[in-house]
Amino acid sequence: MSEPASAPTLLDRASAIIGPGVAASLPPVLIIGAGGLGCPAAFALAAAGARDITVVDDDLVDATNLHRQILHGEADIGIHKVESLAHALERRFPRVRVTTHAARFDAANAIALVSAHAVVVDGSDNFATKFVANDACVLARRPLVHGAAVGTGGQLLTVPAGGQPCYRCLFEELPPPGVGPSCAEAGVLGPVPGVIGSLQGAEAARLLRGENPAFAGRLVQYDSVGMTVRAVRFNPNPTCAVCGAAPRIRALDAADYGEVACRT
Amino acid sequence: MATIRIPTPLRKLTQGKEEITATGATVGALIASVEAQYPGLKERICDDAGQVRRFVNIFANDEDIRFLKGLETPVKDSDEISIVPAIAGGR
Repeated sequence: MSEPASAPTLLDRASAIIGPGVAASLPPVLIIGAGGLGCPAAFALAAAGARDITVVDDDLVDATNLHRQILHGEADIGIHKVESLAHALERRFPRVRVTTHAARFDAANAIALVSAHAVVVDGSDNFATKFVANDACVLARRPLVHGAAVGTGGQLLTVPAGGQPCYRCLFEELPPPGVGPSCAEAGVLGPVPGVIGSLQGAEAARLLRGENPAFAGRLVQYDSVGMTVRAVRFNPNPTCAVCGAAPRIRALDAADYGEVACRT
Repeated sequence: MATIRIPTPLRKLTQGKEEITATGATVGALIASVEAQYPGLKERICDDAGQVRRFVNIFANDEDIRFLKGLETPVKDSDEISIVPAIAGGR
């Protein structure tokens, strides 16, 4: 896979920033969800030089996905999102190898999947998966780039390997079912997950290169209506159930995460 | 009057307003005053026992009130209070 020094190549402009040859040595990254956040995150990662990308999602492409899930097209309706994403990304970035898991990321497979990767991006769309992702990453000591998008706004934060602070330091428990707007009533504005997912990809690429996270201990909130970006700092919570001084969660148990209230 | 920043998922309850103002000596009193202006907002922030829900955070001038005095955290007129719920999803 040697690249001739003279011929222009796909990642020349990225190499000018990150240094020649860096891309070839980047470790594997796991993206949870191949939807509104996962698609732009995968694109941003490939564009930043990541070559070894794993995607996990059990969902199929449908027509309502297409306004924001940028790696799927009309011809993909009905196939697994992970397959559609892999095909589109490898076509655009021939050196990228996408490993697909057409399965739900859950308490049963989370630790094994997370442990096999250097960095994890949470592009899921529901609280159960987000809490599983956080707890698995803290327990397996992998950094997690969390993102969420709903309505006209989104959130972003990075959990360092081992937490302190982690997502649960900030949000201690899952909302019970029925609290908060339902998925159908909330909707999502097309560009919002694109912004959040791209920022997640850029942050994950920084971590893959061994650089410091930009969003550790900071909850970044993006609001597309006022076009504002605000960050609040948050601290490790000494009583955190997974990364605190006396953690209650020492292994994943599906019963801790309840029902998946909403699918992509 | 303190300023309260309303997160996007709760703006349906504030007629779309991003910021509202209210008076109260503590964060708890402020929430009670907000509820009088915008009914339904309090139950999205607090549980039946009146405690802040565990998937919602309140920041007073960018400080997490869990590490201050919780709902008893004093509020001054110029303070900015942010309500920050966990979010997920969006079909």
